[in-house]
Amino acid sequence: MYPDNYRYTKEHEWVLVEGDTGTIGITHHAQGELGDIVYVDLPKVGTEIAQHSTFGSVESVKAVSDIYSPVSGEILAINDILATAPEKLNADPHGDAWLVKVKLKDLSEIPGLMTAADYKNYIGA
Amino acid sequence: MNESAALQATPLNATHRKLGAKMVDFGGWDMPVQYKGILDEHKAVRTGVGVFDVSHMGELVVRGPQALDLVNWIATNDAAKLKTGQIHYSGLLYEHGGFVDDILVHKVADDEYFICVNASNQDKDFAHIEAANTFQATVENAGARYAQIAVQGPKALAVCQKLTATDLAPIRYYWFVDGEFAGVSARIARTGYTGEDGFEIYVRPDEAVAVWEAIFEAGAEFGIIPCGLGARNTLRLEAKMALYGHEIDATISPLEADLAWMVKLDKPGFIGKAALEEQKAAGLSRKLCGFEMIGRGIGRDGYEIEIDGVKAGWVTSGGPAPTLGKNVGLCYLPIANAVPGQKINVIIRGVAVEAVTVPTPFYKRAK
Repeated sequence: MYPDNYRYTKEHEWVLVEGDTGTIGITHHAQGELGDIVYVDLPKVGTEIAQHSTFGSVESVKAVSDIYSPVSGEILAINDILATAPEKLNADPHGDAWLVKVKLKDLSEIPGLMTAADYKNYIGA
Repeated sequence: MNESAALQATPLNATHRKLGAKMVDFGGWDMPVQYKGILDEHKAVRTGVGVFDVSHMGELVVRGPQALDLVNWIATNDAAKLKTGQIHYSGLLYEHGGFVDDILVHKVADDEYFICVNASNQDKDFAHIEAANTFQATVENAGARYAQIAVQGPKALAVCQKLTATDLAPIRYYWFVDGEFAGVSARIARTGYTGEDGFEIYVRPDEAVAVWEAIFEAGAEFGIIPCGLGARNTLRLEAKMALYGHEIDATISPLEADLAWMVKLDKPGFIGKAALEEQKAAGLSRKLCGFEMIGRGIGRDGYEIEIDGVKAGWVTSGGPAPTLGKNVGLCYLPIANAVPGQKINVIIRGVAVEAVTVPTPFYKRAK
């Protein structure tokens, strides 16, 4: 369920690091807690985001939740399908429904994030 | 003792947990907010049938030779117009015209009225009515004697009819009968908080689980599902039904809340009447209206509203309207702006997003 090559945060985001690019999403656990997702608010390409700072929000029928970035960097791409199909975040949060791709600013941030085993332990999965 | 141990539980609490419900603290009650998902539950009620445990709701019973006089003194609607077996929506007000609660008054007999009140308000309501009771009438805080299950949706009649010998079809909207239901004594009311046809069934708490199970057995052929407070909220919002603490509270009058229809200023005195007459004569300064988002975003409860860059009001309830596929809400606006077609900005997390006022209700079922 939780890919071993991803790193995770306590706020239930994941990041996949490939070279100096990071792909960021929310976890399966997060989508389950949120329930039916109806709206995703993401920053524009080119925006600088900082580790552990909020850079967008995900809204379920009932509530708004901030998204915190696992890493610092510059937004290279946002996942356009979420604008018209936010429910994909419920269906495939670790795959097609990634949120943004960033150009990583500081690779030394990565080892401080949870591994899949740490995260599963953290959520009691 | 931890906090969750202090929460009140309905007789169906273990049933919800077995069904995998997500439970939340709702005004001090441990209640299911959703089972599988709010959108599926919402759709089931609009197109088929869904079932809600609303046993947290309070019940008050007014009895005695002057029961009618007491009810008419403490509530805004005219209970003298009710026939035995009939129900109406009414307001319990303070002297200053703000809401103590909104209530459903059921006329059981000339000397008995059964009042359904909001869960977290029931003790306050009881104390308020007791304090106003100078009549030959008694008031019972009867919440502990009742569980309440709401069966809602176009298939609710077909499901409920399988469980009772009482002919349910002739019961009109906002009427009730007392009869046997799923083998137990029940009060069967054609009411609901969803904007859909349906029944609210009042039974003894120790019989609630058996009744719930019988409803699901009867409803299986119609695809019946359990529904939580999340869907209850989206359904009532589409139907523009007020929620205490949101559209109405102690600072809001029924005239402001667009509920003048349940205030009968032509009946003899009632608590809050003078304040409402004064407000009516002076003219309202603000009024509840509906809006639809135009820009991307969802205007939610408590968000501020601006018109031309000036703070003008606030969102009382807002969110997605699943039946309409739009993001809608209710809000208070200055009276001059409280008409359909007014462009407004909802301040969503610091950003002004365009919206427009629209006629309500957002959803009305085909009769």
